[in-house]
Amino acid sequence: MELGVFSFGDVQRKVGKLGPTHESVTNLLEAIQLADEVGLDVFGVGEHHTEYFPASSPATILAAAAATTKNIKLTSAVTVLSTEDPVRVYQQFATADIVSGDRVEIIAGRGSSTESFPLFGYDLRDYDRLYAEKLELLLQINASKDGKVTWDGQFRPALNDIEIVPRPKKPMDIWLATGGNPESSIRAASLGMPITYAIIGGHVSRFAPLIDLYREASRQYDVSHADTRVAIATPGYIAEDAKDAKDTFWKSWSWTMTTLGRVRGFAAPTRQHYDSESNVDGALFAGSPEEITERIIALHKKIGHSRHIFQMDTGQLPHDKFLRSIELLGTKVAPMVREALKSE
Amino acid sequence: MSKPSLGIIGSGRLGTAIARQASAAGYVVRLANSRGPESLSLIVKVLLPGVIATTVDEAILQSDSIVLALPLNQYKSLPVQLLKGKIVIDAMNYWPPTEGEIPEFMNQEVTSSEYIEQYLPGARIVKTLNHVAYNELEQHSLPEASPGRRAIALAGNDADAKAKVELLINDMGFDAVDLGVLSNGRRFQPDTSLFNTRLTAQEIRST
Repeated sequence: MELGVFSFGDVQRKVGKLGPTHESVTNLLEAIQLADEVGLDVFGVGEHHTEYFPASSPATILAAAAATTKNIKLTSAVTVLSTEDPVRVYQQFATADIVSGDRVEIIAGRGSSTESFPLFGYDLRDYDRLYAEKLELLLQINASKDGKVTWDGQFRPALNDIEIVPRPKKPMDIWLATGGNPESSIRAASLGMPITYAIIGGHVSRFAPLIDLYREASRQYDVSHADTRVAIATPGYIAEDAKDAKDTFWKSWSWTMTTLGRVRGFAAPTRQHYDSESNVDGALFAGSPEEITERIIALHKKIGHSRHIFQMDTGQLPHDKFLRSIELLGTKVAPMVREALKSE
Repeated sequence: MSKPSLGIIGSGRLGTAIARQASAAGYVVRLANSRGPESLSLIVKVLLPGVIATTVDEAILQSDSIVLALPLNQYKSLPVQLLKGKIVIDAMNYWPPTEGEIPEFMNQEVTSSEYIEQYLPGARIVKTLNHVAYNELEQHSLPEASPGRRAIALAGNDADAKAKVELLINDMGFDAVDLGVLSNGRRFQPDTSLFNTRLTAQEIRST
């Protein structure tokens, strides 16, 4: 079981307002470095374009982290592929991958936050067509044996035997990310791609039928060399004391949900709602190392996922607490999870 | 007495969640999307046993009530003629952060469902199921008369259509609260205190 962290580049709170975005970038690099040092398996950086989630350019951050880390896998979480040029995405991630020594991956999503559509001049009516076409091209570039690509589509100029460079030693792992649309699970299976389920609320077990769907579809499509790994991405935060963890995470999580709610038009969450989702089968993994370990293992027994990554820093979580949470995941939770699952 | 039949257009998270709840409540459910029934065969087999995957036209022709659970920005794909005379549940929202701005829906004077009512002449529009998160349709579903049972608001200009939709909402595990004519649907659109909030019938009435 791989364990790790993902972040959209949280900013710090400075006397009643949001801190500078440059600090968020340097904080993120420090967090990735620590995650590598404490032996975590993966760190993801997710593309957003807001003052509170300023990690708009994950490949750049990952390339910098690639040079200073040794073992950790580095991934986007996610790349909003629909509003990117797949050629450029490939070039940037392939470059970072070479810097890292084959540790870089891409998680490609359609985007649940849609701020990149107006920013880059795309039409949300093309939401799915954009993604389908660009994903196909990205996979083709990545799989090309000689680096040359011939391709024709609707949303970017055709490629006629064009060489896309640089080429890493082997193709990168490219995951599909989904927030639960059933057809996305089928799409990943039909393309032989591993899948990451982003679960931001509700009961985690409601995703079990979707994972069944993914696995059943994988059997039916039977793509050669298919990678059928299942990863889970949830909010999560760890502190020594369970109550402290839940209280601290409530502050930052509720800030984020209230802010997103204002943008997306839903009501602010209540503490009661938060408490009901930060226990047992809930999607919020805030608690002590022992509690989080237990919950990861229980979930693994239900759905057999091979990777679980946690988004810890949202809503101006103090940076030292973020680092401590990473440390606890690496030094306390990960060894207990590995020990419990070693027979598998 | 056998339950009525329900056609659902849109097979995303909301469409499949409504299909699951209505099917569990004993409704004959037909699910359709713009890509055709083949795209749904695995989904119904694994996620929605008992639900019939079909075409949009067949789902409308064979069903007593139709749920619109497609992205609002795709509304022009609806077959206007076939929806005449049907009970049409509008579960869509005009929600720019999710689906972008749509010029014809930017007029604040007219709700998205009123615009859809004009676009679908003869359809008996009921606005509902639009203000509950898809996963909560399952998680918050409770038998009738359970204490604290969550409620779902509805609005529409056709009393008989609303009465039938109230039964559906109740069968899916929620109290139904009729807030009156279709234009009152603005009370539970995005950016209102009813949108995506867990409330009882009493709480909705007093909001």
